[in-house]
Amino acid sequence: MTTWKTICRVEDIPVLGARRVAREQGLDVAVFRNDADEVFALLDRCPHKGGPLSQGIVFGQQVACPLHNWTIGLCDGMAHAPDEGCTPRFAVKVEAGVVHLDADELAGHATDLARPIAGPVSRKTVCA
Amino acid sequence: MDMRVTPRQKMKLVMVGNGMAGVRALEELLKLAPDLYEITVFGAEPHPNYNRILLSPVLAGEQTLDEIVLNGWTWYQDNGITLHAGYKVTQVDRVHRTVSATNAQGETVQADYDRLILATGSNPFILPLPGHELPGVLAYRDIADTQAMIDAAAQYQHAVVIGGGLLGLEAANGLMKRGMQVTVVHVGEWLMERQLDKVAGQMLQASLEARGMQFRMGAQTSALMAGEDGRVAKVEFKDGSHVPADLVVMAVGIRPNTQLAESMGLHVNRGIVVTDTLQTVTDPRIWAVGECAAHRGIAYGLVAPLFEQGKVLANHLAEFGIGRYLGSQTSTKLKVTGIDLFSAGDFMGGEGFEEIVMSDPAGGVYKKLVLKGEQLVGACLYGDTVDGSWYFKLLREGRSVADIRDKLMFGESNIGDVGHQGQSKAAAMADSDEVCGCNGVTKGAICKSIKDKGLFTLDEVRKHTKASASCGSCTGLVEQILMFTAGGDYSATPKMKPICGCTSHGHQAVRDAIREHKLLSVGAVFRFMEWRTPNGCASCRPAVNYYLISTWPKEAQDDPQSRFINERSHANIQKDGTYSVIPRMWGGETTADELRRIADVVDKYQIPTVKVTGGQRIDLLGVKKEDLVNVWKDIGMPCGHAYAKALRTVKTCVGSEWCRMGTQDSTQMGKDLEKAMWRMYAPHKVKFAVSGCPRNCAEAGIKDVGIIGVDSGWEMVIGGNGGIKTEVAEFFVKLKTAEEVLEYTGAFMQLYREEGWYLERTVHYLHRVGMAHIKKKVLEDEANRKALWARLQHALDGEPDPWFEFNKARVDTRQFEPVTTA
Repeated sequence: MTTWKTICRVEDIPVLGARRVAREQGLDVAVFRNDADEVFALLDRCPHKGGPLSQGIVFGQQVACPLHNWTIGLCDGMAHAPDEGCTPRFAVKVEAGVVHLDADELAGHATDLARPIAGPVSRKTVCA
Repeated sequence: MDMRVTPRQKMKLVMVGNGMAGVRALEELLKLAPDLYEITVFGAEPHPNYNRILLSPVLAGEQTLDEIVLNGWTWYQDNGITLHAGYKVTQVDRVHRTVSATNAQGETVQADYDRLILATGSNPFILPLPGHELPGVLAYRDIADTQAMIDAAAQYQHAVVIGGGLLGLEAANGLMKRGMQVTVVHVGEWLMERQLDKVAGQMLQASLEARGMQFRMGAQTSALMAGEDGRVAKVEFKDGSHVPADLVVMAVGIRPNTQLAESMGLHVNRGIVVTDTLQTVTDPRIWAVGECAAHRGIAYGLVAPLFEQGKVLANHLAEFGIGRYLGSQTSTKLKVTGIDLFSAGDFMGGEGFEEIVMSDPAGGVYKKLVLKGEQLVGACLYGDTVDGSWYFKLLREGRSVADIRDKLMFGESNIGDVGHQGQSKAAAMADSDEVCGCNGVTKGAICKSIKDKGLFTLDEVRKHTKASASCGSCTGLVEQILMFTAGGDYSATPKMKPICGCTSHGHQAVRDAIREHKLLSVGAVFRFMEWRTPNGCASCRPAVNYYLISTWPKEAQDDPQSRFINERSHANIQKDGTYSVIPRMWGGETTADELRRIADVVDKYQIPTVKVTGGQRIDLLGVKKEDLVNVWKDIGMPCGHAYAKALRTVKTCVGSEWCRMGTQDSTQMGKDLEKAMWRMYAPHKVKFAVSGCPRNCAEAGIKDVGIIGVDSGWEMVIGGNGGIKTEVAEFFVKLKTAEEVLEYTGAFMQLYREEGWYLERTVHYLHRVGMAHIKKKVLEDEANRKALWARLQHALDGEPDPWFEFNKARVDTRQFEPVTTA
């Protein structure tokens, strides 16, 4: 039996936009809303180079990653050909204008994936 | 009770012809409407669809027949297509709508159609010489011809190719490589006279002679004579001489194959006459595509135009009803390994034309550019063709080359300082060599993609590999690779490029419609211009949004969801999803107080990197999105717009206030410019610089607008760029006062804002419209200049600082906070 966790109201997500849902473990989940008021949820991470999809431009049932413009399908998380890759999806239930995510998935789904590292911590020491 | 709805009976689509153009059209159709039709294909050859262009490499032994198959037998099965291969269509009954075909064994098949595509291609032209029906006399058109030539080369010694055009020379080269002694008979004065001028034709001949090919130029064949075994044995000429020939290949041209169409009563004039939607003018149920079709009087024979036709045809068959084929310009390359030649346009020149020629016969390089007025109208290149595509682009665009005329001959890489690292011959490169420096794509990766994914056109290669998709300076190399890997030609690009796949309208058409019809929202533009997608895509929405707000300031609705993330969050996204923050420092000047606040912010929010930018400002890198609002607030400096398609920095030198060389107060001038024009959105990012003397320490020569102080006032240069290709700004005007600098700069900026296409930097805008146009609008017409400047001031008046005036700048602050769940 799925335990649905209340996330927000549909209106809390901008039309053709997204919100991030923080989790105790793992990267955020991005919840998207298109102009037909459909709501989708994907891990907030592009399969290409780990960009935050929640920050992309939403159109139709797709989102363009803000880093390198890969197009990711909101229904299935698949990269649009010719690019190849897939982002983990999350089940969504919208009831009476309220968005719910599966509590088990929030707790345990795709918690092993991380963002790429940037900045001085990624620096390789050239000389001692 | 069975409540299922029976699906509508599928329409029957029959295609006559199983070649490249027709099958590509079907592929496009299946992408758009996979279930609309029950499809039947008739092909006269007993093969699935193969790449006819690559018959030459097969003949030369460089590739095998299996390697050139494009759609194997299973493709037809997988897509539910009935293929009758080896069946020649004998009759089409347009009244009862049936197609009848017969195979070599005399078996017949019939198929009914609702819609019919004729893709019958073309036939080689056979000279009606005595003896043209002898065994050993062939045309060069299909797999059977190629196989017959390969078989003959294994048994016989002497070959004669009649016709010294593209196809004839490819055939001759292949036969020579298979060990035959080949004589090319050509009626013209020089080879490939339709593609080359005399000098290049003679250089080509010399190069082929050095490989052992023999020529009979200006020779007229009178008869083909049989030997004792009944096979052809020699070719006789009008002057009585003759050459031995165990094999004769006729390659004197092709004619659209319209026999069937004529028997059906369709209008035929140098091909089956079609409209811009590829529909025949006679019967609305029938379309024609490929080499058999005559569009606006032209039957094309190159792949790219035919694929474009296929796309349009598919769109109409899928009942989308949009898209028109408007014709193509073509260029030529020869597929003989080791010989590079290229020609396009009106390369012969003559009276009324000017020619720029570079000729080095010993070095094997010849280049001729033909100009008419200020435009490049033709090019003929031999030996070094890497700039062919660039010339072809200039030629298609028809833009004025007056400003680059002195450098034109030396190619695109000499216009800026960065290019393809001097590489000009892709064939000489190793697989591991990098072709595209922008995207790090090697030659090997491009070849692999072309082979594995069946790519044909430059656009496809760009999409799949990203090679040449950024700065484009390696386009010539990519095309060479495409050429010898797939045999694709890259001849045609429509003159007007649509903004993206969501529409067939180009940037200019969208700009015009927004102005003329006073469209005020993205949705209104999409409805008015009949966009194909409900809400566009990540390419067109930002462009349309920019056109709206730049055309109708204070009236059009800015749509934050149609802006890239940087302009939505007013910071610059980094690869790990954090942001960078660059506060504005007017003219690059700062104070102890500002620096102290920046230092405090760095400590408070644990910002990992602080870096001085090239634009004389300070960049804070690695700010978490949640912290952005507080970082801005704590710094308390204006937004630097370092993330936006807008005015970024105004770089200045110290100027006369301190510098012992300075002639003008460049810092103050820079501050004034920056204060007058910050918050100015533009088609692309905009950078200014002001130098106080001609030593130009602020590097004003590579900025969109550069102002250089001289003793008597200011010099203004425009259209510089320090990016992918360094472009030196061009002198625009000399001015006396600071007020004039503001007015002229503002007027030029407003012109660019109103006329530039989205993502077009000033240098590209300048090249597109020409310096004369900008001078006319800004320098020569005082009233217009003042009006432009006034419009810019009106647009910028009261514009908010997005870091502090969230409501006015339409910043959705919800984005900064993650959703918290209980």
